[in-house]
Amino acid sequence: MSHEDYYVKDDFTLVEKFDKDNVVVAKLEDLINWGRAGSPWFFQFGLACCAIEMMAAAGPRHDLERFGMMPRATPRQADVMIVAGTVTLKMASRVKRLFEQMADPKYVISMGSCSNSGGPYWQYGYHVLKGVDIVVPVDVYIPGCPPRPEALIQGILELQKKIKLDTPLRKKS
Amino acid sequence: MFKIIDKSIISADEMVLNMGPQHPSTHGVLRLKIITDGEIVSKVEPIIGYLHRCFEKHCESLSYEQIVPFTDRCDYLASMHMSHSYSMAVEKLLDLELPERVEYIRVIVAELQRIASHLIAVGVFGLDVGAITPFTWTLRDRERILDLFEMLCGARLLYNYVWPGGVSHDLPPKFIEETHKFLDYFLPQIDEYNQILSTNKIFIERSADVGVLPLEVGINYGVTGPTLRGSGSTFDLRKDEPYSVYNKFDFDVPVGEGLMGTVGDCWDRYYVKVLEMKESAKIIRQALDSIPKGDVHEVLPKKIRPPKGEVYSRYESARGDVGFYIRSAGKNMPDRLKMRSPAYCNLSVLNEISAGWMMSDVIAVLGSLDIVLGEIDR
Amino acid sequence: MSIKIIDILDKKFKDSINFSENQNSLFIDDPSKWDKISKFLHQNKDLKFDYLMCLSGYDLTDNKLGVAYNLYSTSLKHYLEVRIEVESEIEIPSVANLWRTANWHEREAYDLLGIKFTDHPELKRILLPEDWEGHPLKKDYETPDFYNGMPVPKDKSYWE
Repeated sequence: MSHEDYYVKDDFTLVEKFDKDNVVVAKLEDLINWGRAGSPWFFQFGLACCAIEMMAAAGPRHDLERFGMMPRATPRQADVMIVAGTVTLKMASRVKRLFEQMADPKYVISMGSCSNSGGPYWQYGYHVLKGVDIVVPVDVYIPGCPPRPEALIQGILELQKKIKLDTPLRKKS
Repeated sequence: MFKIIDKSIISADEMVLNMGPQHPSTHGVLRLKIITDGEIVSKVEPIIGYLHRCFEKHCESLSYEQIVPFTDRCDYLASMHMSHSYSMAVEKLLDLELPERVEYIRVIVAELQRIASHLIAVGVFGLDVGAITPFTWTLRDRERILDLFEMLCGARLLYNYVWPGGVSHDLPPKFIEETHKFLDYFLPQIDEYNQILSTNKIFIERSADVGVLPLEVGINYGVTGPTLRGSGSTFDLRKDEPYSVYNKFDFDVPVGEGLMGTVGDCWDRYYVKVLEMKESAKIIRQALDSIPKGDVHEVLPKKIRPPKGEVYSRYESARGDVGFYIRSAGKNMPDRLKMRSPAYCNLSVLNEISAGWMMSDVIAVLGSLDIVLGEIDR
Repeated sequence: MSIKIIDILDKKFKDSINFSENQNSLFIDDPSKWDKISKFLHQNKDLKFDYLMCLSGYDLTDNKLGVAYNLYSTSLKHYLEVRIEVESEIEIPSVANLWRTANWHEREAYDLLGIKFTDHPELKRILLPEDWEGHPLKKDYETPDFYNGMPVPKDKSYWE
């Protein structure tokens, strides 16, 4: 995928067409991707300090619901799992099990240094998993310790761009 | 109201329920193994360790200055308190005398942090028993405190601000004015919280007379802080053995009196926190009006190498009595550092006070104990 | 630690204890006497230590381990630090029946350092998983390479 393909240019292409005509012809895939990217419900998997920034991002000042995100407590109703905080070896099997309980299509955002690659505990931590991508496949990494709520919002927008490039009707080669 | 059931009547029809490590109402990754008979709980066993990040092992290989960011991450809701208590322990080992301006800045920052931590405790307790609106209000007010901290040291949650021997940055020019403005805005908000939550009939039904903690049981289990003060004790380290410059300020210590039910129930523990926020605002105003001038980096040591010895230093944080036990062998790294965390001892009393109540009361009791898993598991 | 406490303890338990040089800590030479001494500290009306603030284990090298108890009296407002140092395999009597906060603290000392306590209601691991091998806070501990299939040390292959 080249650089130009990654940046989806017009997000309002479908909507603009409705201004001119009553009949619009578009790809079904675009419609499905637009619907999915517009309401990613997240599974709040807050473990440590980054969970507080995730809570603050869902709070009144940086509002996450305007992007269509709603916090869900159970993995069965969620699309995105935000792993926020340090994953320890005792917790890692639970992370994997909860990821497997989510229904397709599912995405994982790794928030903070600890879940990206072990964080400040990389050197002498005998009980810390050095990066959650050892147990689950990650789509977006958000750096920071802890990342500001604005950084989390930018990560979610990147995830939305990634969802819009998805091909749900065609088999992946 | 429900009485504690005699445990011998509970028959063989018991069910073991697992409130797993991932749950929206446990404050972090805590696992509760609950043995119930129908809806009544007979035993609660907390299982911890899902956030054990090897803090004490790190401290044996890092120098004293490098440990400060790690202490922040232990109790991430009150990180100024953690680094302040660690700095006090190291200064006791080194026998350092600090300039007055540093002590005043530390007190202002610690009391602001206490308000921020109690705001989350109050809001999340309301969220646990079902009230969602007060949670959004407390988060909104907490953002204004985080704005003040961002003006001071650049970070919102984990500051690395209080160093052994001083603080990392002096107060910026407009800080005092902005803090006065914040306090003028904040004090009427506490009356709003009382209107919507503390005197709310449903909230009182859910939390009054529930989870009563008798005073002697609390002391035996090592419970400290607002959790013990809700049961009637007046122990507050800032008044009993004033450290830093707390002896210069005039403030009261709120104590639970059983206004809505019995002394020591969940409502008392919650109301003590609301009153403590008012007292902290009083202390901040007095400190801002009388802060002396000086250089904050005057006695900041370039290399910390304490003499051989041990020290145990106590501190009153938002959750209770934080203790640091440091053994030094004369090198620039500690030989052994043990952090006594208040939430660890507060959580151990959960079985004692919630056996015999219903399942949803366990959630209310857990919310009122105000635990932070980063501090418990270290 | 005040002179009064030193006098009372010296009179009662002269041969099993001694004090550190700066008179700040109490050393117990014989761990089996700790049972009686702890009951005395808890119940004597001039001492009344009802609050165990902290219980920390520490590792002195050459196979010796130690435990430090920090005690405080809420009514008489005085402090005391008690230290017991033993060889690796010797057990220390548990004080979990006197000060119930010691229940979890002793489990943590067993988990991280391997110190065993007799008569503890439930001595098992508290912070680490049940099937973890070794006691991490000892000075000669080596991090395992794998735990249940997950690599434990950091993968440094892309920068070293």
